[in-house]
Amino acid sequence: MSNEMMSEIKRDHILRLLEKGTRQDGRGVKDFRNIEVETGLIESADGSARVRLGNTTVIAGIKIIPGTPFGDTPNLGVLTTGMELIPMAHPTFESGPPGEDAIELARVVDRGIRESGMVDVEALCITPGEEVWMCYIDIYAIDHDGNLFDAANLAAVCALKSAIIPCEQYGKGENKHLPVTCTPISVTEAKVGNTLIVDPDYDEEQISTARLTVTTDDDGNFRAMQKGGCGSITLDELSQCLDRAVEIGAEIRKIIG
Amino acid sequence: MSGHTDMVLVDENGMRIDGRTAEQHRPIKIEAGVLHNADGSAYVEIGKNKVLAAVYGPRECHPRHLQNPEKAIVQVKYNMEAYSVSDRKRPGTDRRSIEISKITAEALEKVVLTELYPRASIDVYIEILQANAGTRCAGLTAASVALADAGIPMRDIVPAIAAGKADGKVLLDLNKEEDNYGQADVPIAIVPSTDEIVLLQMDGNMTRAELDHAIELAVNACHEVHDLQVDALKRRYSKDREASE
Amino acid sequence: MERRNARQTREIVVPGDVLDGTGMKPGDYAYVQGGKVRASVMGVRNVFQNTVGVIPLRGCYMPTSGDTVIGVIVDIGPSNWLVDIGAPYPAPLHVNEVPWKVEFGDTSRYLGMGNVVLLKVLSVDESKKIQVTMKDSGLRRLEGGRLVKVSHSKVSRIIGKSGSMISMLKNMTDCRITVGQNGMVWVDGDEENADVAVRAIRMIEEKAQCGNLTDLVREFIESKLPQSEIDEGDE
Repeated sequence: MSNEMMSEIKRDHILRLLEKGTRQDGRGVKDFRNIEVETGLIESADGSARVRLGNTTVIAGIKIIPGTPFGDTPNLGVLTTGMELIPMAHPTFESGPPGEDAIELARVVDRGIRESGMVDVEALCITPGEEVWMCYIDIYAIDHDGNLFDAANLAAVCALKSAIIPCEQYGKGENKHLPVTCTPISVTEAKVGNTLIVDPDYDEEQISTARLTVTTDDDGNFRAMQKGGCGSITLDELSQCLDRAVEIGAEIRKIIG
Repeated sequence: MSGHTDMVLVDENGMRIDGRTAEQHRPIKIEAGVLHNADGSAYVEIGKNKVLAAVYGPRECHPRHLQNPEKAIVQVKYNMEAYSVSDRKRPGTDRRSIEISKITAEALEKVVLTELYPRASIDVYIEILQANAGTRCAGLTAASVALADAGIPMRDIVPAIAAGKADGKVLLDLNKEEDNYGQADVPIAIVPSTDEIVLLQMDGNMTRAELDHAIELAVNACHEVHDLQVDALKRRYSKDREASE
Repeated sequence: MERRNARQTREIVVPGDVLDGTGMKPGDYAYVQGGKVRASVMGVRNVFQNTVGVIPLRGCYMPTSGDTVIGVIVDIGPSNWLVDIGAPYPAPLHVNEVPWKVEFGDTSRYLGMGNVVLLKVLSVDESKKIQVTMKDSGLRRLEGGRLVKVSHSKVSRIIGKSGSMISMLKNMTDCRITVGQNGMVWVDGDEENADVAVRAIRMIEEKAQCGNLTDLVREFIESKLPQSEIDEGDE
């Protein structure tokens, strides 16, 4: 039941469709799947979001706790991102500490958020050198049908945008919104045969040779990138991915508001 | 348990802080078939507990040395998500989750017809999205619905709920405050068709009379939970049928 | 499996539900406790003469000897292949059970990873060890076309009463269609027609509970493929 060897018949069918510019679920090569976002579903978290990207579901929760700053950044709050590929999400996922895939996912999401300056970490300082807010982003893959990169990024970003710093709980004045400056959006493409397709589903990922995630900010500037997979992409393909990341990133920003 | 507080948990009229009587459970919501990949799945809310359960299998048993040539094994992984509790929980298993996983698996093994699938494994994953006292019962309740949803042959569907004691009174289905500052907690799961007990734990301090009363309350409430489990499963198919007509 | 009077709605039961308390015998997926027959799986209550049982709605495929199944090669050994047939156990295909003479260690020249094969279940022993064969008429490697996975409990609906549904599908779409008992269906034909056939099969799976399924499927195919050229009728 859990075997993940794809039949050659299915693989060939996907490739045949791509030659005609279409995909198994009827999408074109540039189309994202339907995006559904629900925020605030976890009351025990300081911010939370569930994102559905087609059949892929990811939940992110934010916990904000007072702690000690790092010695070299005494005035800055601390941002930590973790990702768990729990066995509920896919028959090939196993329980245990995060493996390399989960760590790569967490680091790519973290990079987009950190490098875009989405969270104003200076505003997370309570007493310089002594106490700052530590912001933990914990992301769980609940149902995996491909493109966990973008689903995780969206869940983390939406959860952060909904987050409240629980000042009252720790006697630090009134609760306030987590200071958020922009909305970094990642767009992932997979190379299947010689075609680059946006938002790959699980089957497409299985037969893809390379993957590229590009994260942009509200101004259409680039904040993070990650190439994955054993294949390569050409300079022309890179250029195309960058153009699409800006264009699609802007569309997604409108959807999530 | 046995914490102390000035908070009045049960007032002079027998009302609890969330407005329930001693014999009422919190609002319960159950939904079957909520995930795409899993062979069976369920979502359960009991008060502020939010729990997902997924079932994969029967499938080849890994690691192989756990295989039983005569029957399938039921493996449960209970996991609390980092943001599910008021202090962030460090991800990963701890002794508490290993114990809960074990007793949950044992409760389910009693009803699953494991002899039909020698050498195989039936894997149950319970994820606690939000915890507010009573997650093991919510998790087991969700897991049984997910097993039935996966089409796994089983004698019955197992419901679970706890009873306990707070402010010296026996109460059904303790909430967070009652659990923290109360005097006892008794989670119970039964096989509804026979009233056999398949999960039972207790911690705290109760007299024999209190314990008898708590068990009676919990067993009765288990039958109510069971009705909701059955309803969730049947609703899934009446919904499917409506959608297709 | 078919009931004589196909009713619009059939009674859905879940494990533990009482199927009968009047002395009927337990059929498939039923057990007796305290004089009552109870269901042991979620499905549709099914009465046949003096027995009452359940037709499951979901669940994994359990092979029976003689079943024709479609599988995918998932591992290769020096003297056998492992085939995923959607059961909880892998099905080994031994070199003696293929229609070619294969030297030891030469297996991958004949069937490779991901290849799709039409097989027959030779035997299933008490501990559910499976043996499959490719040595029977019609058994072969399947190439091209489309592969559809449906719940194995819907296979009887796709085939229909004495093959009526599958004949209609084949005739109306002009496709070659092979249905494995394990719920794997292979469809081969003109790309557009195959697409309609696949969607019709998915429709049968979704609406397996409906009484007038044959009419619904016929209407669906007619709306997608004009039937001027292709003759409709029994084979």
